[in-house]
Amino acid sequence: MAGGPSAAMLAELRSRPGHDSWLGAAIRWVLITISLLFLAALLFAPLITVFATALAKGVHTYLAAFDDPDTISAIRLTLTTAAVVVPANTLFGLAAAWCIAKFEFKGKSFFTTLIDLPMAVSPVIAGLVYVLVFGLQGWFGSYLQDHNISIIFALPGIIIATMFVTFPYVARELIPLMQQLGNDEEEAAITLGAGGWMTFFRVTLPKVRWGLIYGIILCNARAMGEFGAVSVVSGHIRGLTNTLPLHVEILYREYNTVGAFAVASLLTLLAVVTLVIKTLVERRGYQRR
Amino acid sequence: MAADATAGKGTFSQPSVLPGFGLTFGFTTFFLSAIVLIPLAALVSMAASSNWHEFIHTVLSERALASYRLSFGAALLAASINLVFGFILAWTLVRYDFPGRKLIDALIDLPFALPTAVSGIALTTVFAQNGLLGKYLALAGIKVAYTWIGVTIALTLIGMPFLVRTMQPALAEVQRDLEDAAEVLGANRFYVFRRIILPTVMPAMLTGFALAFARGVGEYGSVIFIAGNLPFKTEITPVLIVIRLEEYDYHGAAALGCVMLSISFLGLWAINYLQHWGRRRSRVARR
Repeated sequence: MAGGPSAAMLAELRSRPGHDSWLGAAIRWVLITISLLFLAALLFAPLITVFATALAKGVHTYLAAFDDPDTISAIRLTLTTAAVVVPANTLFGLAAAWCIAKFEFKGKSFFTTLIDLPMAVSPVIAGLVYVLVFGLQGWFGSYLQDHNISIIFALPGIIIATMFVTFPYVARELIPLMQQLGNDEEEAAITLGAGGWMTFFRVTLPKVRWGLIYGIILCNARAMGEFGAVSVVSGHIRGLTNTLPLHVEILYREYNTVGAFAVASLLTLLAVVTLVIKTLVERRGYQRR
Repeated sequence: MAADATAGKGTFSQPSVLPGFGLTFGFTTFFLSAIVLIPLAALVSMAASSNWHEFIHTVLSERALASYRLSFGAALLAASINLVFGFILAWTLVRYDFPGRKLIDALIDLPFALPTAVSGIALTTVFAQNGLLGKYLALAGIKVAYTWIGVTIALTLIGMPFLVRTMQPALAEVQRDLEDAAEVLGANRFYVFRRIILPTVMPAMLTGFALAFARGVGEYGSVIFIAGNLPFKTEITPVLIVIRLEEYDYHGAAALGCVMLSISFLGLWAINYLQHWGRRRSRVARR
């Protein structure tokens, strides 16, 4: 038997329960088919419907939906909100990650859980809490009214509610990444005389850049697409406090199906672009932890 | 290096050569309090300031109870559906190679990235009685849109990535040589699945289940379109909160919000516990 296992032995092995290849192949095809059917019904059908319905009455009607001044102001509002929320939460994520990953202090795991809290809270609650703080009958309601400041049913409310729901996105990516990469290089930089900021910009930031981009991308997608929290605080004033997702709802409820799905297709493209960037970042070797 | 000195001074944090503890801890605490903790405290205090009788009356009213039944029932059912299909999907993506696998793997995250209002109107259109799939289901006598089935389908879509993404790395970690050894020793496929694969992925499965369930209970945007929002029938708890708020019943909204918040805390605790358990188990297994 110098030439390896005999044909008879291989046949015997193949006939053993786990190695009957036709059964293996059958299971394989059944499972792949189930997976594809499940995704087809749940994911692909809605995805196709968005574009099919948006283009149902031709490209001209589709493009006309974006000519509406209310749609344009919704796009502007959504971009403004993201332009404030994403940098703010990025700054927070960097600070939180530095504080949690680089130092040991009492109650650290509880602190980390608190940062994750907005992920577990219903978006409706996220809107509700700000109505309770800044609304007419809320904590600061009468003060704000006396000083003619509007937060609820206005841009500031939309921004802080969006900030709440996207709060942990950057921090969640950076904390485990920085913890895993360790402090050795930073400690070396400091010991060799680099200042804190220099260490951060020259050592830490390049190390975590892919994780940071990943977090920012997901934060941005959620910020532009948030519905529940913003819906509670916005007041749905057309052309004023209507973000893109809220505009989708208004058009849909008015039976302007083509318009609703046209705007929805724009948001879908945003989601697809997000996934493409995310996949590219993962190709760069970034792995979620 | 003033920050360096403050980091080492107190007993609160352990000394470190790295600067910036005071600055980053202060900034994080301030931001966390302003955006998350103080507003959540407002919710609890608003609920606590209404009288006890009123609180119970709101929280245990027939309409609220019906909404919990739908929210929790549908979220539980959707998470269970995802437990089965999420496992099959994760298994297919980890173990098999087929054309388009990478594309499908990337698309799993779509429900995360897609705004909930978009998935809401799209699902409603697909499952309406004249929709792409709804018309075939209608022929079979199954009405999906504007029933609890529709709510479950929306929550299944939303929860799917949680199960798949937590199970993928766990499945990749299953030791193939153990499986091979078991098979050579005569174990059948089912036995290998039950005694080797299932125990390894169990913590990940439960974590994914808890994540999907927690997300499903609070979900709003993708549900409201397909649910129809009929009181006592297809009204989820977040919708009831919004209705109370629109009636300027702040105390009622806060009371219901508190119930949901407690559930979120419970869910968060469960998820942390499960992840901790999973990490401990995989450490023991590797020894």
